[in-house]
Amino acid sequence: MSQKKPEKLIDENDIRYDGRKLNEMRPVKIEVGILGNADGSAYIEQGKNRILAAVYGPREIHPKHQALPDRAALRCRYHMAPFSVQERKSPAPSRRELEISKVMREALEPSVFTEYYPRTAIDLFVEVLQADGGTRCAGITVASLALADAGIPMRDLVSACAAGKAEGRLILDLNDSEDKSSDGADMPIAYMPNLNAITLLQMDGMLTNEEFEQVLNMGVEGCKQISQLQRDALRAKYVAAKEAAGEREEEPEEANEQ
Amino acid sequence: MPVFHEKRQLVTPGDLLAENDYIHGENTYKENGKIYATRVGLFNHDDKRIFVVALKSFYVPMVGDTVIGKVLEVTLGGWIVDIRAPYVAMLRASDALERPVRPQKDDLPALFDVGDMMIAKIVAYDRTRDPLLTVLERGLGKVTRGQIIEITPTKIPRVIGKKGSMITMIKNETGCQIAIGQNGRIAIMGKTPEDERSAIMAIRMIEQEAHTTGLTDRVTEMLRKEKSEKSTKEVVENVPKET
Amino acid sequence: MTSVMAAKVKAKRVAQLIARGKRLDGRELNDYREVQIESGLIERAEGSARVRLGKTEVLVGVKIEMGEPFTDTPNEGVLTVNAELVPLASPTFEAGPPDENSIELARVVDRGIRESKTIPTDDLVIEPGKKVFVVFVDVYVLNHDGNLIDASALAALAALLNTKMFNYEVKEGEVKIKPGYKPLPLRDYPIAVTFAKINDQLIVDPWLEEEQAMDARLTMAIEKDGKICAMQKGGYGTFTTQQIIEASKIAQQKAAELRALIVKE
Repeated sequence: MSQKKPEKLIDENDIRYDGRKLNEMRPVKIEVGILGNADGSAYIEQGKNRILAAVYGPREIHPKHQALPDRAALRCRYHMAPFSVQERKSPAPSRRELEISKVMREALEPSVFTEYYPRTAIDLFVEVLQADGGTRCAGITVASLALADAGIPMRDLVSACAAGKAEGRLILDLNDSEDKSSDGADMPIAYMPNLNAITLLQMDGMLTNEEFEQVLNMGVEGCKQISQLQRDALRAKYVAAKEAAGEREEEPEEANEQ
Repeated sequence: MPVFHEKRQLVTPGDLLAENDYIHGENTYKENGKIYATRVGLFNHDDKRIFVVALKSFYVPMVGDTVIGKVLEVTLGGWIVDIRAPYVAMLRASDALERPVRPQKDDLPALFDVGDMMIAKIVAYDRTRDPLLTVLERGLGKVTRGQIIEITPTKIPRVIGKKGSMITMIKNETGCQIAIGQNGRIAIMGKTPEDERSAIMAIRMIEQEAHTTGLTDRVTEMLRKEKSEKSTKEVVENVPKET
Repeated sequence: MTSVMAAKVKAKRVAQLIARGKRLDGRELNDYREVQIESGLIERAEGSARVRLGKTEVLVGVKIEMGEPFTDTPNEGVLTVNAELVPLASPTFEAGPPDENSIELARVVDRGIRESKTIPTDDLVIEPGKKVFVVFVDVYVLNHDGNLIDASALAALAALLNTKMFNYEVKEGEVKIKPGYKPLPLRDYPIAVTFAKINDQLIVDPWLEEEQAMDARLTMAIEKDGKICAMQKGGYGTFTTQQIIEASKIAQQKAAELRALIVKE
């Protein structure tokens, strides 16, 4: 469907054309464990973004020469569906998708205990079903959840969010139009909140040193919000299963059969 | 000794669990004196240890475990077997034949062919090589009939029950022979496919409702109800049921 | 960790049960799994739909763009169907250019739509010989649990039913977009019905384990008035003429049942 290009992205009251305040994130909905075959999976809707992530592994690695002797090889594929964008996109991977695949892998690798599973592969697949700016961040957010859903041990969840500038104002969570604005800036960030560590940082556009610091902090705060939503989603999925393991622990103490 | 969560509270990877003098146990790690969770699960601790009971984890091979595997490849010296773990396992011919192997004469595919299922035991495993199996013990060998189902490995103890009470009950009620693999695979061999289906229903019920009390009784009741319903319906084959 | 080859023991059990008229998941030989259809979930696309057939899950997006017609059909719009077996849908799918399976899937779904003349391509001409509408139907398999063909064909039809085209007028050789949308006109509602043959018995809608045990499959696409508009046999096994004729009768009935789920007449 053709998108109307808004004339002004932000009005004189600092309200963005989609109704958001400058530091307001788009509405987010997350579900964990929604695919049958994958070892772990998760799905996110963030504004108009619709992104699916799945994990297979740790599993035997093919081709064998990619095996690492001391840890698992984390492999990541970020891919966009042909119908995910305004103008139909060819299914063949573009240079942009290949670059994003690489930075996503580098954003998630610090969080995974790959050293526990030498000579195996942990394969991550991120499919963008609909795109509206900030897909690499939403992709990292949901890929991290897929890893947790697969039961792969991690140091922390990785939460991602972009911040930047448009029409002279500093904003959080840019959508596609804001991202493409001519004098703006876009800074995607991925962050491990419990360890206070940034694992992805990119920027395009122009920011003064002062603006940069403000945008960075805004982005990190956004990541913290995402982190809360991720944990809520994990909780929601496991609320029923939770008592299962709990019962198991109680058994040895009880005299009679449960 | 500060701990930051209640027992049996759900924690997620990276959650700070405790500081300092504790030992970090299952599904946790320690860094700079702080202990964090590595998996989604339920927090627990005793006086010395902090650990998390993971809600979902995959099977990691352990020496001594009985597993159910699927043959992927026949090689010159044995078989490559999928045991639903991050690593494939190897079964050497010498661990499958009771006498010395004669490469010219022994027909390995006749023993186990690609796609065959086996009940085996892990005899060796370390970080530098894939797990090694044997089938040369009582109760081990090829699965020739029946069905094989897969469940989350963490639920296997539940299916077994305290002192084997749950699995014994299922075997009695359905008349099936059941072999349990620690890797989350279960082989069910019954006299009829319907008996096997009942056993499978019981196991799936345990997988779903493991959190409830009185589960053994409810599974028993379900199986008995199935049996009585079956005998009143038209059955394709009538097999006398053993008591 | 997931390995995919059919365990012989399982294949044997599947075949045994089917010989007695029963299936491993309790279905009758001619029963479909539960079908769930959701349309319009991808707003960016001109039309979209997601079908869950048991645990098989397929998403189809329809995009309409302007382009040049083929030289041999200057007064017709273009329909093109593409299928992606993305790696997250199954441990057997690898990333890379379409392999023979995804190409066959795309072409079988295409055949059903094209041969039934579902999309009126002569209605899609903007400037004869120069500019036409190109309808892209992209099939995205999200979870493979058997019978991708029927699930994909159903999702494609639901997506086309959901598809809206923008209003336009041609002024001085330029296409000007006018406000408002109109639904893509459709002339037919083809439904694909796939059979698997296991030990000489035909079953409808094979799930993954049955597909692994089958020796051949047969797909028929049925138009809304019951005519067969496309067929495809797959697998190394064979069918007798008797089996094929029998299948065509069952296909008619099943197609009507499936069609009723998405087309409310």
